Amino acid sequence: MDTALLIEKFTLVVIIFLISLGVAAYSTYFERKLAAWIQDRIGPDRAGPFGLLQPIADGVKMFMKEDFIPKNSDKWLFIIGPGISMFTALITSTIIPWGPPIEIFGRQISLQIADFNIGILFIFGVVSIGVYGIMIGGWASNNKYSLFGAIRASSQMISYELAMGISLITIILLTGSLSLTDIVKSQHGMNWNIFYQPVCFLIFFICSLAETNRAPFDLAECESELVGGYHTEYSSMKLGLFLFAEYVSMFISSALMAILFFGGYNFPGMDYFDGNTLAILGVLAFFTKTFLFIFVFMWIRWTIPRFRFDQLMHLGWKTLIPAAIINMLITAIVIAFHKGWF
Amino acid sequence: MILELISIILGGMTIGSALMVILSKHPIRSVLYLVITFFFISGHFILMNAQFIAIVNIIVYAGAIMVLFLFVLMLLNLNKVDEKKTNHPISFTAVIAGGALLLVILAALKDGITFTNTIVKSDVGLVENLGTLLFSKYVVPFEISSILFISAMVGAVLLAKREKQHID
Repeated sequence: MDTALLIEKFTLVVIIFLISLGVAAYSTYFERKLAAWIQDRIGPDRAGPFGLLQPIADGVKMFMKEDFIPKNSDKWLFIIGPGISMFTALITSTIIPWGPPIEIFGRQISLQIADFNIGILFIFGVVSIGVYGIMIGGWASNNKYSLFGAIRASSQMISYELAMGISLITIILLTGSLSLTDIVKSQHGMNWNIFYQPVCFLIFFICSLAETNRAPFDLAECESELVGGYHTEYSSMKLGLFLFAEYVSMFISSALMAILFFGGYNFPGMDYFDGNTLAILGVLAFFTKTFLFIFVFMWIRWTIPRFRFDQLMHLGWKTLIPAAIINMLITAIVIAFHKGWF
Repeated sequence: MILELISIILGGMTIGSALMVILSKHPIRSVLYLVITFFFISGHFILMNAQFIAIVNIIVYAGAIMVLFLFVLMLLNLNKVDEKKTNHPISFTAVIAGGALLLVILAALKDGITFTNTIVKSDVGLVENLGTLLFSKYVVPFEISSILFISAMVGAVLLAKREKQHID
């Protein structure tokens, strides 16, 4: 094992970890400001200039609160529930190509922690185990509202996983590779997948909303029916981790959408640059796209009311899955025709 | 050398968590230990350079089937109070029957097991090779198993739809 490679990967892991947490922390601030703007209020403005220190104040508050574990709960599962949530939210960031390779000290450094040859399937895997955190946390609380929240969350995630997977298969068909690096490279310049697959993008976007438990799909923590949903019994930083995991997974799924449909770090006119300039501009382009998606996520939350549970299931099983399958079949036939198989 | 050490440790952890599946008293904990076991098994597949099989193992077993198991168990809400008293003669016969089965399996597999290095550098488990094999050499079994899957799905839907339900 190459020591330099080890150091390089370790540094990258730490940087990406910090960036994910930082973006998630400031997403909370941004969400509150955006909600205030949409509802014609001012929003947080006390901590620091423009309330910029608000996330830090919130974090300190979370840590300082009493950490309470209900008497009849399953103690160990109650503790590891939020941890699993956070873990599954963060782990997808390992396969995201954050930018073109950069050159430091004469070494080509790829801005991707691991380029598996299974790439997209890894996302499937993480999405499919993402439900455990909420399920375990909700069940271990030994509270009926928590259990309802957990069951709602898991049935919703199982349903929307399918449509998401089928829409991802369409992208695999289009690129001919499972590796995210290849998917990004095939969208060089302005040759983005969104122009070929608008329906697929729409399905993937709706499923991402559902998978991250964001409004209008936030039935798992529906205040008007379930008190706090799966995190009713949680307090202190355990609650903080659950809420924070939602923001991290929002950031990561925005990044995924930018990669799969909007060219990742590619931007029009990128052929005029090379080396580190290209790398820095690429990373900037990538983060711009990601932040745009985070904005859309929040915009939707403060615009659209929550679904009813049967509407949610109907949308998932009777609209999105058939639409995704038809879209996939048409894409496959067009590709086969294009390659001269008929 | 390091890889061998990793595979030995991983093997021990796999067996340990598999044992915990049957030793833990609580059904939900059993299911969670089973999920952990699947992850360790996927670790073994990765050591054998079969990344595709490893991730499919996680998606299908840990991600789909076990979630449904957990779902059902959470709704059942099994308590210690509801648990039936263990019947001693029955558990005794069960132990003897299980032991006899183990003996038969061991006798059958005696010549099949050879203790070789499990870390084999082969590329069979990678997506391209596996796909090519499935769609050329094994295309007939592959198609037959997919027909089986579809008929199972249709059967499940039929069973669920047999009683007319009125939910509006």
